[in-house]
Amino acid sequence: MSRPARERRRVLAVEAVGPYALVRVDRGGIDPGIPGQFFMLEAPGRVLPRPMSLCQAPQGELAFLLDPVGPGTKALAELEPGDRLHVFGPLGNGFRLDVARPLLVGGGIGVAPFPFLSEALEHPPAVLGFRSERHAEAAVLVPNAEVVIDPVLVTDALPAGRDVLACGPEPMLEAVRALAPDAQLAWEAPMACGYGACYGCAVEIDGALKRLCVEGPVL
Amino acid sequence: MVQLLNASGCLDALTAPGVAASLDAFVTKTVTPEPREGNAPVRIAETEHGMLNAIGLANPGRERFLAEMLPRLRQLGLPLWVSVGGFAAHEYAETCARLEDVTIELNLSCPNVDEAPESAAEIVAACRKVTASPLYAKLSPHAWDMGETVRAVEAAGADGVSLVNTLRGVALDRQLRPALARIAGGYSGPALKPVALAAVCAARAVTGLPIVGMGGVGSGRDALELIACGATHVALGTVLFADPDAPQRVREELAGEATRAGFATPDEAFASALTSVAKMAN
Repeated sequence: MSRPARERRRVLAVEAVGPYALVRVDRGGIDPGIPGQFFMLEAPGRVLPRPMSLCQAPQGELAFLLDPVGPGTKALAELEPGDRLHVFGPLGNGFRLDVARPLLVGGGIGVAPFPFLSEALEHPPAVLGFRSERHAEAAVLVPNAEVVIDPVLVTDALPAGRDVLACGPEPMLEAVRALAPDAQLAWEAPMACGYGACYGCAVEIDGALKRLCVEGPVL
Repeated sequence: MVQLLNASGCLDALTAPGVAASLDAFVTKTVTPEPREGNAPVRIAETEHGMLNAIGLANPGRERFLAEMLPRLRQLGLPLWVSVGGFAAHEYAETCARLEDVTIELNLSCPNVDEAPESAAEIVAACRKVTASPLYAKLSPHAWDMGETVRAVEAAGADGVSLVNTLRGVALDRQLRPALARIAGGYSGPALKPVALAAVCAARAVTGLPIVGMGGVGSGRDALELIACGATHVALGTVLFADPDAPQRVREELAGEATRAGFATPDEAFASALTSVAKMAN
């Protein structure tokens, strides 16, 4: 397990991918960790950092795909090359990669960890669902992907007999779990700290509330 | 030298021992007699100048704390403060009676659970009867007359006061729904600093007891301001969420900030804000 580090890193570029923003920073001494792990990114001008899973880990870089919908993600999407921000991670538990017949299932901004995951698993098939053609432009980041667009759902296109690794909105994850009970699911919750201090990201796991940042985000 | 602590509930020393080790003492999350899951999610929300939390004193309960967590915390080798909560004076006292070799901070002011029917002073008195350990009363910034409350807990036997807990607040999302499942939560972060400074000033005006100042501390300058208002200890809360390196940084900044303000050391600035007011009055 890689040890999390917190460093002030430099923004290399912010690229539009459909409505999403791909924020690329120089890696410094930060370990990219395991796909599905996340990093806390300082959001300029905000009180709290934002949790983001790693999207890509090219040589010397860390890249995060985010959906600029709130004040924190908008501030991140508006970063300019040369700006600096604190990056803390890798945090939490990523996907288990010892799977025989992997299938990636993602919805919306839930595709964020898949480019890194796809590479680690040598480009397995993927089923990605989006709410519009424009959002579906993000599928270009994931090789070997079948894309469905609302009202078609990823669960309409799910082949049987696969080891599912999924990330997306909660209703999608619940629906995937109903069809594939052993699926590895990456969940999301509001998080203040990302390292077990705030107890804000509690979710119900096996009938008890647990911290998603410590026990998850992949469960 | 002023001591740096964490605010209760803002750090888990067992999950992040390295961060705890950068403090002068570790304050536990509040321990209640029975285990508590805490409130339903969503439990936190960021606002423009702070954050809200409605965790609801999630903790394993007194028995598991004493049997499992406290021994592990002691192995960290740090001075320990145990935050004690309850829903009646006797519940606080029962936990205090079981604690040794720790400083006790009575959480008399959690905004996210129902309050005990007794006053802060009555709870302090009940605990004082059963423990010789140092006893701090953590008070709410909602106290109408902070000086009066501090006098009352001192008379009841408190060895110090911790000021302040969070302020009650509400945040709404884009569709005007409460951001938190419990609707209201405790407001913390940068916006709380002037409230904390006012509480510490009011307390220092009436007592010589040690005061743990907290509320919106994010820098060495913030810590120095609390010291200038009469705090003997400073606790870090919300800043720990954003910056686990904050204890180290705040400590490093303190000395420079004292010099910039015209004091040889941070300690020399102690209560200086109050004496400067007295001088002006003369």
